[in-house]
Amino acid sequence: MAEEQANPSNGSAAAALLSAAIGGCALGVFALGGDAFPTLARAFTLWRPTGPLSGVTDAAIIVWLVGWIVLSRRWTRRDVDLRRINRIAAALFAAGLLLTFPPFMDLIQGK
Amino acid sequence: MEITVRDAVAVVHGMVFGAALLLAFTGAAVAVCASASSQNPWSATPAQRHLLTTYLGVMALLAWSTVLLGAYAVYPWYRAVPPPGTVDLSAFPQRLLMSNPRTTGWHDIGMEWKEHVAWFAPIGLTAVAFIHARYAARLHAMRPLRNAVLGLLALAFVSASVAGFFGAMLNKHAPVRGGPTLVLMRGEPHG
Repeated sequence: MAEEQANPSNGSAAAALLSAAIGGCALGVFALGGDAFPTLARAFTLWRPTGPLSGVTDAAIIVWLVGWIVLSRRWTRRDVDLRRINRIAAALFAAGLLLTFPPFMDLIQGK
Repeated sequence: MEITVRDAVAVVHGMVFGAALLLAFTGAAVAVCASASSQNPWSATPAQRHLLTTYLGVMALLAWSTVLLGAYAVYPWYRAVPPPGTVDLSAFPQRLLMSNPRTTGWHDIGMEWKEHVAWFAPIGLTAVAFIHARYAARLHAMRPLRNAVLGLLALAFVSASVAGFFGAMLNKHAPVRGGPTLVLMRGEPHG
């Protein structure tokens, strides 16, 4: 146990990183969905004064936290290929950032 | 010297929480680089590592405070819908910006991007604080993890900077203003 604490596997770090990236990508996907589909925008309006932003961000936070719990359970005692996780996380973050950028959203929707 | 309640909340959102967060990034980047570098002969003591973890945790807390106050207090005032026939749109910042083709971009690109991209900062910083709390003593020996931490810090900085820049510009063109007035100080009129 003492050895495990002194030399922990990297699975917990990989879970924290990848779940954050999944949450970031989900934020972009939900933002695009809310912008493109009025029905989805109405569904995302959990609190009227803030509008669809309330549901978009709440849903992304739920995806992030659920992803973190699931990945942590799978990887806590394992060593994973962090270089590969870094590349996947970078791609997911990049996609999330791009999907929140309004001109790119408009391009995808053909506006 | 007075300020409206909405102005004051916007100030706390952007100039207290947001500005403090942006200022903190330099310290975080330098401290993580110095303490986690494999080339550096100096290694942080457990107390110093604990202090840096606390510092990163406070940054995450600042980021969460900024986005939550922005989304649930300032943003509803920003996007308020004026009653039909309203001519003076100064109390309705979104509609004021959208009423003029020279300012509508500040909403269409500025606010539309800011309201979403800002959330990358608290999510990324929470992951950074967690990873540092658990792996601080071994970061110098785990290069991919050190790169991930620095990458997350960079991502959080970029997203907070974009949000901060557009927040400042939006507030210049269409400030969120209104509500009761708070008198901070009474002065004497100058002839």
